[in-house]
Amino acid sequence: MKIAVSAQGKDLDANVDPRFGRAPYFIIIDPDTMEYEAVDNKQSLNMPQGAGVQAAMTVINQNAEVLLTGNCGPKAFRAFKAANVDVITGVKGTVKEAVEKFKRGEYKIASAPSVRSHWS
Amino acid sequence: MHPHPVFDPIGAEKMIITIASGKGGTGKTTLSTNLATFLGKEAQLLDCDVEEPNAHLFLDIKWDEKQTVTAVIPEVDEEKCSHCGECGEICQFKAIAPLESTVLVFPELCHSCRGCFLVCPEDAIKEGSRELGVLETGHFNSTEFTHGRLRIGEAMAPPLIKKVKERIKPDKIAILDAPPGTSCPVVNTMMDSDYIVLVTEPTPFGLHDLKLAVGVTKKLGIPCGIVINRHGIGDNKVEQWAENQEIPVLLKIPFDRKVAEIYAEGKLLVEELPEWSGMMKDLITKIRKTVDR
Repeated sequence: MKIAVSAQGKDLDANVDPRFGRAPYFIIIDPDTMEYEAVDNKQSLNMPQGAGVQAAMTVINQNAEVLLTGNCGPKAFRAFKAANVDVITGVKGTVKEAVEKFKRGEYKIASAPSVRSHWS
Repeated sequence: MHPHPVFDPIGAEKMIITIASGKGGTGKTTLSTNLATFLGKEAQLLDCDVEEPNAHLFLDIKWDEKQTVTAVIPEVDEEKCSHCGECGEICQFKAIAPLESTVLVFPELCHSCRGCFLVCPEDAIKEGSRELGVLETGHFNSTEFTHGRLRIGEAMAPPLIKKVKERIKPDKIAILDAPPGTSCPVVNTMMDSDYIVLVTEPTPFGLHDLKLAVGVTKKLGIPCGIVINRHGIGDNKVEQWAENQEIPVLLKIPFDRKVAEIYAEGKLLVEELPEWSGMMKDLITKIRKTVDR
């Protein structure tokens, strides 16, 4: 199983980025082995709009089954729902702490986006 | 209402004049409605401020037509789609997101470029639509009027502004009332004009935004002139700057309580104050001389 965490840096000690679409990196990690890879989200950072959709596509294409992040807007949320990726919002601390918490089952899967669209 | 003097247009060629400002609240609509009323049947007034159209409030308009304006967006035929991902690759706005199981469309992000229609190898993308707003046409006295009203929640004004501008008639002097600012809606209104009138006020705020607006007209390569409204307040820096830049000051509208009262009652200055007809004639004559040159 692979999970994705929006991160401000490239390793497990990096802080979870509260923003999903404009996070600089996604840490794609196997919570059982803690083996991970940092995926650059540069493509979304440079977009005037649609960053959330682009970032969601990036995560989905990594075959992640769960996303840990701070906030997730309605468009990205819709994409994750369509791709059967569980979204967990309100995540804080370092990537490592977040993954440990996830393993202990302390998070609840979000049933709705946590923030409104920037566009409308 | 008393009858207006009929304007004898100087030169046979018709033209498109945009009334813009940079700063909001300087008097664009006041000038547009009065100039169009003065010109009468020679003119056509188009309110291009589709986010907050207000010219009609000053005019006794008989409405003739109302139509819904839409933008083309993709609609995916899932049966035909092979999930190749080409549509998502070409879309610069992420309005279409191809997933393994389905293709998502985000209508509000789509700019109607039709790129996805062109690249789809399966011909799986059909034309759908998103409502942009409504286009309404009518007339006041013998002057034709058109405006657009953007749908609440719609973020893109330029496609509706373009629809308003499609109603420009080649045998009229088209007066375009622009939105404030210097962004896309303003640029779209100004484009293809023969002349741009920039209405400002003699204050640091007026001058600051005037400089930005003049910058846009220069980029577009369209001649412009300045109308100073509420002349007598503030300072003379607008006039100094205009002189340095060699931009003509076409008209100075004095700061006058009577003008404010007539405006506040929703009336037209050319119908209430005799000197306004002369001011409008002077203005159009100066514009005509530049356009015909």
